[in-house]
Amino acid sequence: MPKAKVNGVEVEFEPGMTVLQVAELAGEEIPRFCYHERLSIAGNCRMCLVEVKPGPPKPQASCALPAADNQEIFTNTPMVKKAREGVMEFLLINHPLDCPICDQGGECDLQDQAVGYGRDGSRFALNKRAVEEKAMGPLINTVMTRCIQCTRCVRFITEVAGVAEIGLISRGEDVEITTYLGSAVTSELSGNVIDLCPVGALTSKPYAFNARPWELKKTETVDVMDAMGAAIRVDSRGPAVLRVLPRVNEDVNEEWISDKTRFAVDGLSRQRLDSPFIRENGRLRPATWAEALSVASARLSSAKPERIGAIAGDLQDAESLKATLDLFRTLGSANTDCRQDGMALGAGPRESWLFNAGISGLEDIDVLLLVGTNPRFEAPVLNARLRRRWLSGDLQVGMVGSAADLTYDFDHLGETASALTALAKARSGFAKVLKGAKAPALVIGAGALSGPHGAAVAHAAAQVAKAFGMSWNVLHTAASRVGGLDMGFLPGEGGLDARAMTAKGALDVLFLLGADEIDLSASDAFRIYLGSHGDAGAHAADLILPAAAYTEKDGLYVNLEGRVQMGQRAVFPKGEAREDWTILRALSEHLGKTLPYDSLDQLRSRLFADHPSFGQIDWAPRGQADLSAIGVAGEVGDAPLSSGVKAFHLTNPVARASVTMAECAALAAGPAKLAAE
Amino acid sequence: MVGILEDKDRIFTNLYGLHDWGLEGAKRRGAWNGTRLMLEQTPEWLCDQIKASGLRGRGGAGFSTGLKWTFMPKAEGERPHYLVINADESEPGTCKDREILRNDPHLLIEGALIASYAIRAHTCYIYIRGEYVHERERLEAAIKQAYEAKLIGKGNLHGWDFDVFVTHGGGAYICGDETALMESLEGKKGQPRLKPPFPAGAGIYGCPTTINNVESISVVGTILRRGAGWFSGFGRPNNTGTKLMAISGHVNKPCVVEETMSIPLKQLLEDHCGGVRGGWGNLKAVIPGGSSVRMIPAHEAETALMDFDSLSALKSGLGTAAVIVMDQSTDIVRAIARLSYFYKHESCGQCTPCREGTGWMWRVMERMATGEADMKEIDMLLDVASQIEGHTICGLGDAAAWPIQGLFRHFRHEVEARITNYRAGKPHVQGASLQAAE
Amino acid sequence: MSVRRLAANQPDSFAFSAESLKQVKAWIARFPEGRQQSAVIPALWLVQKQQGWVSEPAIRVVAETLGMPVIRVYEVATFYTMFMLEPVGSHALVQVCGTTPCMLRGANDLKAVCQRRFGDRDHLSADGKVTWQEVECLGACSNAPMAAINDYYYEDLTPGIFEQILDEFIAGKPRAPGSVIGRQGSAPEGGSAVLQDASLFDGTAAKALKALPNAEPKTPGKAKEAAQ
Repeated sequence: MPKAKVNGVEVEFEPGMTVLQVAELAGEEIPRFCYHERLSIAGNCRMCLVEVKPGPPKPQASCALPAADNQEIFTNTPMVKKAREGVMEFLLINHPLDCPICDQGGECDLQDQAVGYGRDGSRFALNKRAVEEKAMGPLINTVMTRCIQCTRCVRFITEVAGVAEIGLISRGEDVEITTYLGSAVTSELSGNVIDLCPVGALTSKPYAFNARPWELKKTETVDVMDAMGAAIRVDSRGPAVLRVLPRVNEDVNEEWISDKTRFAVDGLSRQRLDSPFIRENGRLRPATWAEALSVASARLSSAKPERIGAIAGDLQDAESLKATLDLFRTLGSANTDCRQDGMALGAGPRESWLFNAGISGLEDIDVLLLVGTNPRFEAPVLNARLRRRWLSGDLQVGMVGSAADLTYDFDHLGETASALTALAKARSGFAKVLKGAKAPALVIGAGALSGPHGAAVAHAAAQVAKAFGMSWNVLHTAASRVGGLDMGFLPGEGGLDARAMTAKGALDVLFLLGADEIDLSASDAFRIYLGSHGDAGAHAADLILPAAAYTEKDGLYVNLEGRVQMGQRAVFPKGEAREDWTILRALSEHLGKTLPYDSLDQLRSRLFADHPSFGQIDWAPRGQADLSAIGVAGEVGDAPLSSGVKAFHLTNPVARASVTMAECAALAAGPAKLAAE
Repeated sequence: MVGILEDKDRIFTNLYGLHDWGLEGAKRRGAWNGTRLMLEQTPEWLCDQIKASGLRGRGGAGFSTGLKWTFMPKAEGERPHYLVINADESEPGTCKDREILRNDPHLLIEGALIASYAIRAHTCYIYIRGEYVHERERLEAAIKQAYEAKLIGKGNLHGWDFDVFVTHGGGAYICGDETALMESLEGKKGQPRLKPPFPAGAGIYGCPTTINNVESISVVGTILRRGAGWFSGFGRPNNTGTKLMAISGHVNKPCVVEETMSIPLKQLLEDHCGGVRGGWGNLKAVIPGGSSVRMIPAHEAETALMDFDSLSALKSGLGTAAVIVMDQSTDIVRAIARLSYFYKHESCGQCTPCREGTGWMWRVMERMATGEADMKEIDMLLDVASQIEGHTICGLGDAAAWPIQGLFRHFRHEVEARITNYRAGKPHVQGASLQAAE
Repeated sequence: MSVRRLAANQPDSFAFSAESLKQVKAWIARFPEGRQQSAVIPALWLVQKQQGWVSEPAIRVVAETLGMPVIRVYEVATFYTMFMLEPVGSHALVQVCGTTPCMLRGANDLKAVCQRRFGDRDHLSADGKVTWQEVECLGACSNAPMAAINDYYYEDLTPGIFEQILDEFIAGKPRAPGSVIGRQGSAPEGGSAVLQDASLFDGTAAKALKALPNAEPKTPGKAKEAAQ
């Protein structure tokens, strides 16, 4: 390996590294504004200037300079110090001194680096530049006078998000960051520019003037807005969750999160169920826990076991799924299902419902076949990874299903599943591409797997995967789904599935564990809803047991690749609400069938014992599915295979309670809808 | 005889447009003569000849043209090679390429073919500044003639398939920087690229590219016709050949003229331009190489030679050999302040020191020009200039700093006197000028 | 230069004329396949030739024509100062070069003429016939001071002649561009003392060369070899 000296200290480095990276290897901090390791190199802020020998007698931008063998790098010489002071001074002459009213205060790169590398005073006695305000939509707050033109936002939106909507217009000292005539940024990843902005030019609009970073309690946890399980940090003050930020997890979300993950948090303080409710004369009235639990246990115990059932929702932690499943099995019921959408997976080995290539494994694929999915809406961050793979070249993408703008090009092979059958038989076209592929992957969406022909579509897709040696990857949209399937939260022997349970006359008591995405209009059972939000499930309920939202409980979630991740409680549940598993434990005691765990640890031990895969925290398996065992051969139907996600911003009760998401959804629906309202 | 260069040794024989600019006229004056012979030689031979001629890039930087050509990959790979000709002549004082474009376009087209062959390119783009509408029309017409005569194009008489396309800019000085020009040619803002990668490795469209100035390319045909030794016989070692020189400002007869390198500046002005307005004694200072070089005062101009080495020894530079002459009547502070405005106006806004610094310098220069500046601002201004110089992506930062440094190097006393005079008799309190105005 | 913005009043739509579209396509054809973005500056220039200025709908049309994100066209239109983002005078767009070489020879006097006749720069004159600007070096410094009026250069100006020329434009009878004092291109006033040798122009130089100086022994087909 080549070697370089950084301030006299010798370090070895990988060929291709930049001087900045080599200096960091040696433990030297290099100040920077424009450089970001996940974006292209702009080299425009000039803050990272260092002295390099051999080289010209002037400082060099270390972010853009390839390191060379036997190079000497200096970060502590008078030349470097003066260069940094100079750049810092230039950045500050036109930067407003409005730190006291700036939301970036306390977490501002410019503040920090001004203290670290700047001069003590200013020599600029002239008027500062003011920049006209810009609009970027309901999520991004702009104070463009603060902008230092590092163009991180431009590069992110263009390169990572794949929607070229932010630009740097005009020139010279008049350059301005803007969208086209103040239109809103349409990317599902737009919020990341807020994190990327090194100053207070782009800040979070919903969070504006809410808090200072040092006032916040920071809790590291995982996201439940989609099935990726992005690593997030929940910032809270007192009982309120104020914002969600991404954490770095290279294997999952790198350091991006979707706008839903970031901005749906105001939904955590709206539409909340903060006390038990009982329906009397058609109206819900608040009740005490004792009352609620006795009504629930009376109903459950008076019904025959085959006349009760439980449906689990999409945001549930594994512990509450496990407790519900245990409870209903103890009661003798086989009617349990975690698939509100009726997804035709669950039988057979685990690999049949996993994203077997793994999220980071998408870097290695060379041909991708998308079946009935829109990854951009179903898992925006995963889609960004697909886009990056596509940008790096030689990735061929085929699509069976409804076409959409995915931020990369694809061959549209057909709308309906019949295109799959045709593909399996074809010799030319995309089949030829697949034939020559070294690491092809098939990604099938939840939308394709549900519906009356789900099993047949699954079968047809698996046949294609088998014919071309593709990895089998299910793109789930529900955070709880893989966990539910892993523990067998499915109809037991002779049990009813979710659809059957909601049919007229099917059950006497229907237990809804946070299930809000299923049509209950036909059900005439007594409906018990355990959940956090007054959404569809609660509206249809006869009895409501208020529970915790994902930020209010410790819990395990299994992401789409089978990675078990641990969520942490950031704040306490609202009002009378309790953590889900404790409610189920209490209910079991009322029923005289006490669940055999008194603490979350005991519950988890039981879960790990019954289903060892849950014990492997933060590890993702990389298996291959037995493709012959997936789905059932049959009529695939002639309806277009479309994504299960119709409105990206409104996929779950938290998001639907969010005003911010409602605003975004209205924007996304288009001007026609806005005008009509 | 005026000047040093004899008529028989002139390359640009239609410099003033007295004769037919078209193909017939150009051929009569020797263009396209022996081109086929040149293309029968190897590219290496061509590069060697141009290297031997001592031709240094005529766009300002003065890098060896033949050497630059050798940086290109030795064989064409998957990526095509490109020749790009920089006709974005925008350096204040410089108006030489314009004369080639409108009066001797065939020398350029011929040179483009030869240079393209030497770097194994089949396509050449000529990027001409947007304001040169007439020049572009003329050049396009000449190219059309060359295509029609099968001198260029697919299956041309010379046996090297070659297309030349004209494209144009939209009013941005910075596009004269080679990497900014490439960005502009690709349909983007003209913001210079980081180097490496260098154009010979990844230029336009990510392909190997050589960028040369119009004049550098236009002299190639004649150099090869008359021999490298002929060309290197003019001037001094390391500063050889003939060169178009553009003289503007306070001379009696400003003009563009082809002269030998290393002609004494004084002779250039006196022989070709009718001398300094009001006589040599009336000379105050000269900016000898386009606005981006530091000025030299009259006593240094007395002995300066118009070449790279002589002028850089005077802490100035040959640049594009665009001589801006300023006589004693010049408000020299105002003249440089106007240049500062130019650089502020033309900064692309990409990198911090130039974006923020050029505006700052210009505003302080304006205060210097009126005299309202503070005495201590002089050193601050020079310090700010040093914070820009050498800290930017491209050379515009340097170019903005140097005229100011040149001013204070030679005329600091004048600025100081102005500040002192401005203050004389005025109360030294804040708002004094406001009170005075009321 | 102040911040460049699109005009407040914009037309509803823009469409290339058949002739402009033909030219846009010719520009696109000059660049390799998939590189049609390279034609953006010429395309915007054609918009300006057709419309007199570059309007917002035209920016969208250019983006669509070239398959570019509209923000990228917007960036280009605001970066390059030749693009007029507001309507300009119906008879003349006068661009006076104000940079030092012209300033040394009286550009400020030309600016004063414009100011007196048409008011503030960068605005339409009261009668809507003229817009004048001060622009940066137009590259005709040996013929300073000069101004570009509707694309072409008028050189060696004095305030008096300049005003005459402006009047001619307003009257719709502009004179031919070039030096107004009869200079031949950039030759010194009164004619050049160089380039007098008749043999330069009589065809002597066209006598076919037999061999190049320093040439290596002739090996025909070298060009072909290199091509392969």
